[in-house]
Amino acid sequence: MGVKIEVKNLVKIFSSQPQKALHLLSEGLSKDQILEETGLTIGVNNVSFSVNEGEVFVVMGLSGSGKSTILRCLNRLIEPSSGSVIIDGVDITKLKANDLRQVRQKKMAMVFQQFALLPHRTVLQNTVYGLEVHGVSKAEREKKALERLAMVGLEGYEHAYPDELSGGMKQRVGLARALTNDPDILLMDEAFSALDPLIREEMQDELLNLQQKMNKTIVFITHDLNEALKIGDRIAFIRDGSLVQVGTPEEIIRDPADDYVAKFARGVDRSKILTLRDVMKRPHPVVQLRDGPHVALQVMKEHGISSVFVVDRAKHLQGLITADLALEARKGGIASLREVKLIEVPVHQETVLVQDIFTIIAESKTPLAVIDEEQRLIGIIIRGSVLAALADIGGDPKDVSTTIGQVG
Amino acid sequence: MYRLPLGKWVNSGVEWLLNHFGNAFDAFTASVTSVTDSLRSGLGLLPWFVIILIFALLAWRAKGWRLALGTTIGLYIIYNLELWAPFLDTLILVLIASLVSLIIGIPLGILAARGDRFHKILSPGLDFMQTMPSFVYLIPALMFFSLGTVSAVFATVIFSMPPVIRLTDLGIRQVPADLVEVGEAFGSSPSQMLFKIQLPLALPTIMAGINQTMMLSLSMVVISAMIGAQGLGAGVLESIAQMDIGKGFEYGLAVVILAMILDRLSQGVVRNSRATLKKS
Repeated sequence: MGVKIEVKNLVKIFSSQPQKALHLLSEGLSKDQILEETGLTIGVNNVSFSVNEGEVFVVMGLSGSGKSTILRCLNRLIEPSSGSVIIDGVDITKLKANDLRQVRQKKMAMVFQQFALLPHRTVLQNTVYGLEVHGVSKAEREKKALERLAMVGLEGYEHAYPDELSGGMKQRVGLARALTNDPDILLMDEAFSALDPLIREEMQDELLNLQQKMNKTIVFITHDLNEALKIGDRIAFIRDGSLVQVGTPEEIIRDPADDYVAKFARGVDRSKILTLRDVMKRPHPVVQLRDGPHVALQVMKEHGISSVFVVDRAKHLQGLITADLALEARKGGIASLREVKLIEVPVHQETVLVQDIFTIIAESKTPLAVIDEEQRLIGIIIRGSVLAALADIGGDPKDVSTTIGQVG
Repeated sequence: MYRLPLGKWVNSGVEWLLNHFGNAFDAFTASVTSVTDSLRSGLGLLPWFVIILIFALLAWRAKGWRLALGTTIGLYIIYNLELWAPFLDTLILVLIASLVSLIIGIPLGILAARGDRFHKILSPGLDFMQTMPSFVYLIPALMFFSLGTVSAVFATVIFSMPPVIRLTDLGIRQVPADLVEVGEAFGSSPSQMLFKIQLPLALPTIMAGINQTMMLSLSMVVISAMIGAQGLGAGVLESIAQMDIGKGFEYGLAVVILAMILDRLSQGVVRNSRATLKKS
């Protein structure tokens, strides 16, 4: 997985004569100081990051934080004041108008917040736009567009006009229009923010589905952390034009770089991002298969519990033994748990989201077993610990990271 | 007190133009006159009812049967008053002047929309063209192109061009920013941007400009009877000279009918273009 987009020291100052402000910026003055000195606003302040091929990279921030400006610097809808944007080894900021048009036609396509469909064109005519300006023949571009429209579930709407469509359908057209170009890179500017919550979720799922098939590099702008966590492989936090933190959703929630990120993290519906791994407890105690019922009873007594998981040497879960079963086995003079018929326990992978098995957790009388890829028992889920983790929503995120930290 | 010799300057400027380009002006006049003459004789060959029928059809297409009926009645009144020949003269002058205004005005409007500097230079020029009393244009027109059709067209074009320039400029500037961004983001060339995005979206506004330009053309064409333009204006002028109120009313009514037909027709086209744009 190579680097697809590399942004280095990107600066955008909204002025036709940014030199003085650029100079002050390089001398280390703050945004406010520069505003005071020159009257110029710094939209993007020395931002660097890289996006890997096939990655969904989310740029996250409040409105006015400069995230849309950063996106527009990637295809130079907004001209960066300094810094470089390197795509497939080519510095976009140095391209001549003609070469830039080529890059825009072939390499990247954009999806807009307010859909931005051309009202005088039908769905099909909108969808072919990119190929049309590229000079692809009518038959070929329409074939491609129809394919893409089918992909986003809009068969039969080719000849409708945009104002006959609902918001969700409009954005599907926007997506199909972007995909028809077969770009390597999709730039999505708050693409789902204007949609109803339900439609928004549907579109997010759809995007993830499409992404699995197509494996594009996606730069996605949003102000909604839940959305960022759901679709982002990595998330970049922008505040006042500066990059605050880049990390995977896990890293962001566990270890917010500062209060700004933490504030966002607090608002998150945790069940959507916490996996079993995050809420499980260390599988302790467990008993070995070679142990006898005496040991099992002893362990239960020590820990004040009425059942215990049994594992083999490789830590593969064999089942659960209750105090009753152990007593019975002791009466029968059984020496090893191998000879006892253990209770079967359903197992769950560590990567499962808490919200997906929430009802199972809530209804289960025995602890749930969590296994890793090699089927080894790595944790147990107790109702109480799940609720504690979810309840952290209002609390100090530092606490969450420590509770979660203990578990791993 | 020193008085600015502004009038003298203008006079010598016009004289200079005439001395250096007089032949060119004459050749231009001759060629335009031949075009208008052949147009007029061509239209004159068509029987009056065919022309009424053409107008009625256009009206029906633009707005429906009511306008078609009104158009037919109005034009028949003109025919009945025996004003058909001057009516055709005026019609041809209006159409030619409007056409020239659009051919020059729309590109100027596009340029103004694309360049802020050009927009700033053009604006006071347009103000000047619109507020200068229209009679003033008659004098240089007369000097450059002598008495007749061409000077009438010249004066009319200058007077009637500003609306189409302004509204083309405005229409393009009003195209939503995100749609322009779509054009940019998908790698449109400047001309693709213009023809595929800006002009189609500006069309309703541009059509409104065309409507206004046509209306101004008509009013100026009537006035330019003073410099020898044929048509209904000449009749109005005559009746003023003869103090013939009844005759003046008849000619005036014919002008009003023509104005209403042209206005409703072009408004209908505006509405249609808006409907295509909105398509709901």
